Amino acid sequence: MTVSVRIPGPLRPLCDGKSRLVVEGATTVAAAIGQLPAGVRERILDERGAVRPHVNVFVGETSIRETGGLATPLADGASIFVIPAVSGGSYVLQP
Amino acid sequence: MPVTRASDFRPGDRIVLVGTMKGVFVFRGRGRGYQRVDGPRFPGQPVYALAYDDRGGRTRLHAGTEHPHFGSLLRTSADLGRTWSEPAEPNLKFPADTDLALKQIWQIAPGRADEPDVLYCGVNPSSLFESRDGGLSFSLVRSLYDHPHRAKWTPGGGGMCLHTILAHPQDKRTMLVAMSTGGVYRTTDGGMSWQASNTGIRAEFLPDKHPEFGQCVHKVVHHPARPDRYFLQNHWGLYRSDDGGANWKDIANGVPSDFGFAMASHPHDPDTVYIVPLESDGFRCTPEARLRVYRTRDAGASWKPLTRGLPQKDAWETVLRDGLTTDAADPAGIYFGTRSGKLFASRSDGGSWDCLAEGLPPVTCVRAAVVRDGTP
Repeated sequence: MTVSVRIPGPLRPLCDGKSRLVVEGATTVAAAIGQLPAGVRERILDERGAVRPHVNVFVGETSIRETGGLATPLADGASIFVIPAVSGGSYVLQP
Repeated sequence: MPVTRASDFRPGDRIVLVGTMKGVFVFRGRGRGYQRVDGPRFPGQPVYALAYDDRGGRTRLHAGTEHPHFGSLLRTSADLGRTWSEPAEPNLKFPADTDLALKQIWQIAPGRADEPDVLYCGVNPSSLFESRDGGLSFSLVRSLYDHPHRAKWTPGGGGMCLHTILAHPQDKRTMLVAMSTGGVYRTTDGGMSWQASNTGIRAEFLPDKHPEFGQCVHKVVHHPARPDRYFLQNHWGLYRSDDGGANWKDIANGVPSDFGFAMASHPHDPDTVYIVPLESDGFRCTPEARLRVYRTRDAGASWKPLTRGLPQKDAWETVLRDGLTTDAADPAGIYFGTRSGKLFASRSDGGSWDCLAEGLPPVTCVRAAVVRDGTP
């Protein structure tokens, strides 16, 4: 079973410039992300293993928020898209 | 103003590191002038903490960057900002059992002079991390993390940040940290245990104005020559402790407001401290729309405004807690950046000021030094 993961531009330097990685044998989104190179997966997931607040993950055109999160099952040939959220550039400034 | 990426520094130049909500800017002081020589570095990334570290015969810059999407890192430059590290894996991580995730790095504090590979970071959520390999890797200081008060620490306006780390330069058992909210905590046994140390500090926002802990301390400084005496800018309140932080007494003598964030110690005179008072917690701007740095030269017995070269009309400015700093020159360079993106410098202990830049992104932190070795 093979799925592909689309890598956003800022993370491509961490995977030899590739925009798409192929993962074998992953039956859930968590398993697929877990096979990504070190550094890439830590930028998608925080140290608790949760998807970072301003990162969106889709399987096909559907956000995994609607399909069970990281436990979302994958079919053979599925495409995972990792996309920075539009909310990421805005901050509540300290103090 | 031309910007070069390959900034060259010579021994004796001043380096001014400016952290903003959209990256790092670097200024070089040579002769009587300053020039922006880099920035924005890490464009789009808030940088709440910077450090200049020339211990152990080598010079390193450190920056705590928060990528808008992909998390926070500690980055290091060994060539005065020409190149910066890009750690493949995050170098500050909460252990799995904590069920916490790092938000931002709020403070980078080089350790003691004879421990050049020790580096501390204060972070949100309120925690202290320690590195013993010069910042390549960090471990959570468990004794503070496990403090029974932790469950009652609450977020201040900037989140749950541990923003002040002061290691005693001689006594390796002693360190003071401060957080918003939570207040001051001290260890005197090398980090085995930590005690709340807020006696005398007000908490205007709580029913009990003098609780054991829970104060919203904004900044604490001390001078290496008198490390047991501390000065503290509180969320309402200006204090000094003469007994290592055990007790605090009010020193708001002659300031327009005892509310503020920024505080810096003079590099050579332990009795001289700088602050930038703000009107109130409800209106966090310089009082009377005048941008005034206040300086005490008698350890808080009196404070005098420093205004020459600073706008005294229509200046509704805010200086954040790490936005004010000094270099080690004599007379000292004093620097501060504003939330409106202005950067000011004084080469005369604060006697007069020049505006080095306008239009920067909101300034979160400023650090400065006299370069010892120049660019490699």
